Amino acid sequence: MTPKQAAKSPLSPRGRGQGEGPQGEGPQGEGRQREGTRAITVWQNRVPLRVHVKGTGPAVVYFHGPWGLTWGPFLDALARRFTVYAPEHPGTAAGEPDAIQHVDNLWDLVLCYDELLADLGLREVRLAGHSFGAMVACEVAALHPARVKRLVLIDPIGLWRDDAPVINWMLLAPTDIPAHVFRDPAGAAAKALFAQPEDPDEAALARTRLSWAMGATGKFIWPIPDKGLKKRIHRVSAPTLLVWGADDRLVPRAYAKEFAGRLADSRLEVVAGAGHAPHLEQPEATARVVQAFLAG
Amino acid sequence: MKVSAFHLMPHRELPPDFERRHPSVWVTPPWWELADARRVGQYYNWTLDELLHAARAGFDGVCTNEHHQNAYGFMPSPNLMGSVLAKQTNGLDVAIVQMGMTLPTTSPPIRVAEEYGMLDCISGGRLVAGLPLGSPMDVNLAYGITPMEHRERYREAFELVLKAWQAKEIFAWNGKYFQLGQVNLWPRPIQEPHPPVWVPGSGSISTFDFATDHNVCYCFLSYAGARAASAMMDGYWEVVDRKGLERNPYRAGFLQLVAVSPTDAQAEADYARHVEYFYHKCLHVPAQWFAPPGNQDYRSLLAANRNPVRRAEDPKTLRYKDFVDKGYVIAGSPATVKERLIEEVIKRLHVGNLMILVQIGSMPHELTLQNIDLFARDVLPHLREIWDDKGWENHWWPQSLRASRAPVGAAR
Repeated sequence: MTPKQAAKSPLSPRGRGQGEGPQGEGPQGEGRQREGTRAITVWQNRVPLRVHVKGTGPAVVYFHGPWGLTWGPFLDALARRFTVYAPEHPGTAAGEPDAIQHVDNLWDLVLCYDELLADLGLREVRLAGHSFGAMVACEVAALHPARVKRLVLIDPIGLWRDDAPVINWMLLAPTDIPAHVFRDPAGAAAKALFAQPEDPDEAALARTRLSWAMGATGKFIWPIPDKGLKKRIHRVSAPTLLVWGADDRLVPRAYAKEFAGRLADSRLEVVAGAGHAPHLEQPEATARVVQAFLAG
Repeated sequence: MKVSAFHLMPHRELPPDFERRHPSVWVTPPWWELADARRVGQYYNWTLDELLHAARAGFDGVCTNEHHQNAYGFMPSPNLMGSVLAKQTNGLDVAIVQMGMTLPTTSPPIRVAEEYGMLDCISGGRLVAGLPLGSPMDVNLAYGITPMEHRERYREAFELVLKAWQAKEIFAWNGKYFQLGQVNLWPRPIQEPHPPVWVPGSGSISTFDFATDHNVCYCFLSYAGARAASAMMDGYWEVVDRKGLERNPYRAGFLQLVAVSPTDAQAEADYARHVEYFYHKCLHVPAQWFAPPGNQDYRSLLAANRNPVRRAEDPKTLRYKDFVDKGYVIAGSPATVKERLIEEVIKRLHVGNLMILVQIGSMPHELTLQNIDLFARDVLPHLREIWDDKGWENHWWPQSLRASRAPVGAAR
């Protein structure tokens, strides 16, 4: 089930570890194939998290970026070899805008995800993330380094250089955002992430959710996305793949060097024909390198 | 009716091509290119002189406000200005209306309580304590407060300030945003239990609830005039009704741009370019900066997206005649101004505390004094007694100043 579909479904019943799947979509032939969403409430039963689950094989937890979760060909490709768990950040899931009110700061958020991994029963994981989600993945990895086998950071934020500032997308006009996130703002990937539904009510809801997703993730990075990762990143021990869109207009490539210089074991893959979201703009090419790395 | 003179303290001499060359009047305008400190010193002194002139001319109150990093109105510390005004108006029955010191960016917020305490002491109990949320440009962009925490931080600061004024015992404040071990305010204000509180807003529904729940005066600071504000203010009065509160007009304040000349034609000759300067240059801000993601709560945002109350009208496409026709500015002869103010603003919006923006955009000092004089002499006397026959008490005005001020002629 995709987040877009989730948006149209009635609110799911919540509770620790309560599952809704499988949804009967996609191939069901392999007995261990899992697909669906799980609603897990963490943080003294105050923060409902919706986790989209698909695939078979070892666990990969994927943290999405500031514009909400879009499940597309990239995650589908990963799900062919791994069981992908993709939580929606607090406040960004459909019907749960208030979840963010109980997560005060980055430390709270990281511990919420620590609880989530425990509730999912994941003792050993591969972590991946995009943009803000990559910063979260890195923080989670720094919390319990031994738990993380592999780490993938796609155009991550979390560090700061005065000579190469990260653009604050929350200050851009909505119409200017696609051209900052995507190399081709008119392409299919940009449309999938930012398209406005025809129906005015649906369009109002989509605009609201997009803005709220930026606000809810922005809570942990305003006004400068340097919240101490530089003091903790040395703890990360997992081999790390840095993936950068060749034309990232939000987070300059200079940050690849910053991450690489602080990580114990990392390498960089640059994806041609992509901006800040290579996994959306070049899903096959990105999935290929990520999948190979995660399997290694 | 209480009528106060409001001043933004704008840059009065921005270049003609300012809005084409620069993306914004707020946050990013380059000081070194656009301003000169000695000249700006002159603006501050003019501003003080104009407000003092208004006080002597018969206005009931004088208003200052806080904004940062901009050429639209740059009193980063309204209390520096308010302090001069308080001292210089001792002996006049004029309220010092601080609209005011921004709560979420003042840390710790008891600083607001302290400085307002000082102003109330200096003025002999004439302070109106505006407790503003602050604009996103000031609070989120210039002062770095996380948009999603803006309102929550405000609410905590508000409770703390009110308690700090009134507590008889030293108390500890263990808040989410502020922790203080021993709050013991020096000085306390003269007015008891505390100075009247005004909360300025820009039409957000959550502020209606806040204002009514805390029984403060809600002030709609709009530049689009009363017609555009009517739906918004109707919404406020509905909330007042729904909560079973009295429809006391003094529960509401409204800001109106006003420009008076001997005749309507003369007003156009006198003020057209200054009004256009204000709307074209002083309000030149990227629309999205008024609502960075997370600043508005989810439900207000969804409601606004589903039902845009205010039609997006670009003031840059409008000229003086449009601004006057649409009521953004009420300009003309004293008779014209008087009638429009009474009918379109005071009665239509049901407002008891009116603020008049007496200096608009590039309006020079002498012309501002003329505007103040004509308004005070030929318009203000016709407004004073509105609402008196209904017997409403202005609980949101310093107790010692609630009676009507004696009519004063032009001060010059």
